[in-house]
Amino acid sequence: MLAKRIIPCLDVTAGRVVKGTNFVGLRDAGDPIEIARRYNEQGADEVTFLDITASSDQRDIILHIVEACAEQVFIPLTVGGGVRKVEDVRRLLNAGADKVSMNTAAVQNPDLIFDASSKVGSQCIVVAIDAKQVAPGKWHVFTHGGRNDTGLDAIEWAKKVEALGAGEILLTSMDRDGTKNGFDLPLTRGVSDAVGIPVIASGGVGNLQHLADGVSEGRADAVLAASIFHFGEYTVRQAKEYMAARGIEVRL
Amino acid sequence: MRPTRIDIIDYGMGNVQSVRNAFERLGCEVRVSEDPSALVDADALVLPGVGAFGEAMNNLRERQLIEPLREAVLNQGKPLLGICLGMQLLADSSAERGSYSGLGLIPGQVREIPVVPGYRLPHIGWNDISIRLPEPLFDKLPEKSAFYFVHSYRFECDSRYVAGMTDYGTDVVAAVQRERIFGVQFHPERSQRKGLRLLRNFVDFVESVG
Repeated sequence: MLAKRIIPCLDVTAGRVVKGTNFVGLRDAGDPIEIARRYNEQGADEVTFLDITASSDQRDIILHIVEACAEQVFIPLTVGGGVRKVEDVRRLLNAGADKVSMNTAAVQNPDLIFDASSKVGSQCIVVAIDAKQVAPGKWHVFTHGGRNDTGLDAIEWAKKVEALGAGEILLTSMDRDGTKNGFDLPLTRGVSDAVGIPVIASGGVGNLQHLADGVSEGRADAVLAASIFHFGEYTVRQAKEYMAARGIEVRL
Repeated sequence: MRPTRIDIIDYGMGNVQSVRNAFERLGCEVRVSEDPSALVDADALVLPGVGAFGEAMNNLRERQLIEPLREAVLNQGKPLLGICLGMQLLADSSAERGSYSGLGLIPGQVREIPVVPGYRLPHIGWNDISIRLPEPLFDKLPEKSAFYFVHSYRFECDSRYVAGMTDYGTDVVAAVQRERIFGVQFHPERSQRKGLRLLRNFVDFVESVG
C-alpha cells in the first residue's frame, strides 16, 4: 500500500536554513546538508528545499547545496524558489533534484507548467500554491512570497495546473504558516478533492496531531513541516509512529 | 580486485547524477556516457531515465545507441539494469502519448495505469513490494520492503518475467528480469538503504557472472 509521506521542508537563504512566521521574521536553523542528512536518518520520505533568496545573484548557491545533498542523501529531493524558465528546471534536475517546484512564475506564465512537464515529465513538476483565505470557504492564490493577491481562486487554480501537466501540488496556507495552529483543513480538503494528482499539505504544523489531521481530514497524500523538526521538538520517526498508531499507512 | 565498471547511459532523459552517486557510494567505477563505443568495456550497463517514452526512444536513436545496446546485452551478455523509464524502454512497445517501439529486450507493453477511485496519478511515493523472484535483485531484502515510485505508466508482461509487484489499487509490475536483463519501476537510487541494497545486489550479480 502506498504510504503517506512526511516531508521536512528547509527554507534556504544565503546557504543557511531559516524559518519565519507568516513568511517574515526569520531565524537561523542551521546547515542545509547537515539537516537533510539528519532527516534522512530519521526516515523522512523526501526532503524539500525552498530557496527563499530574493536576489538572483545568490541563486547558484542553491545548485551547490542540491549537488552536495544529492551526493549524500538517498531520498527524493524537491527544490523550489526562483524557477522561471524550463532551463531553470533542467539545471536543478541536473544538479540532483528529483522534482522542481514552481510558484510565482507558474501564475505569471501558466504555459511554463505545460512546457516544463512536456520536456521533463509531469512527475518532476510540482506547482506550489500559496493560498490565503479571503472569505469563508474561499481562498486566493498569492505570489511573491505572499505579498501579491493574484485574485485567482485557489481551488480553480489547482484544477488548472493539473490540466497543464503538474504532477503534484504543494499547498501552503499563508494564514497558518509558522503559526503552529495546524493546517487549514477546509482548504486542504477542498484542493485534494478537486484534483486527481497528489497534494502535499503545508503551513501551520505545531504538533503530531496536526500531521495526522492533514491526512485523515485534509485528505492530503503527504504532509510537509519545518519548525517542529528543525528545532528538535519531534523527530520524523516520532511523527511516523504517531500516525501509524492512528491507522495511517506510513513507511517505518 | 578492480572495482566493477558501470556505464550509465546518458541520452538526455533526466538526472543521471543521483544514479551515479549511488553506484559510487557502492565503490563502483562509474562512467556516464552517450558514446555507443563506450558500451564495449563496461562490466554492466544502467539505463536510467524520467520523462516520456517516445522522446526517450528518439534520443536513443539520434545518439545511435539502440543497436550497440542490444548487441552488448543480447550478444555479449552484458548485464543491464533499467530504472523507471529505463525499465519501460526494455518493452516491445508503449502507448504513452501515441504508439512507440521499445528496445524489445523483455516481451511486454507499456500502458497507462488505469484510474482506480481513491488512487491518484502519478503514482508518487513509497510503496511496498511483493517479491516474485528473490534472486538476485531482492536478495536479503524482506518481503514488503518499500521503494520510491514516481510514474503514471506501467509495464505489462508475462508473469515469468515479473521479479516484483506492487499494489496501487491495481497490479503494478515493480521489477522485471530476463536472464541478465533487469528493470525496476521504482528509484533504488532514491530509496535509501533498501535501494542501495538492491543496487548492491545488482553489482554482486555483475561480479558473479563477470
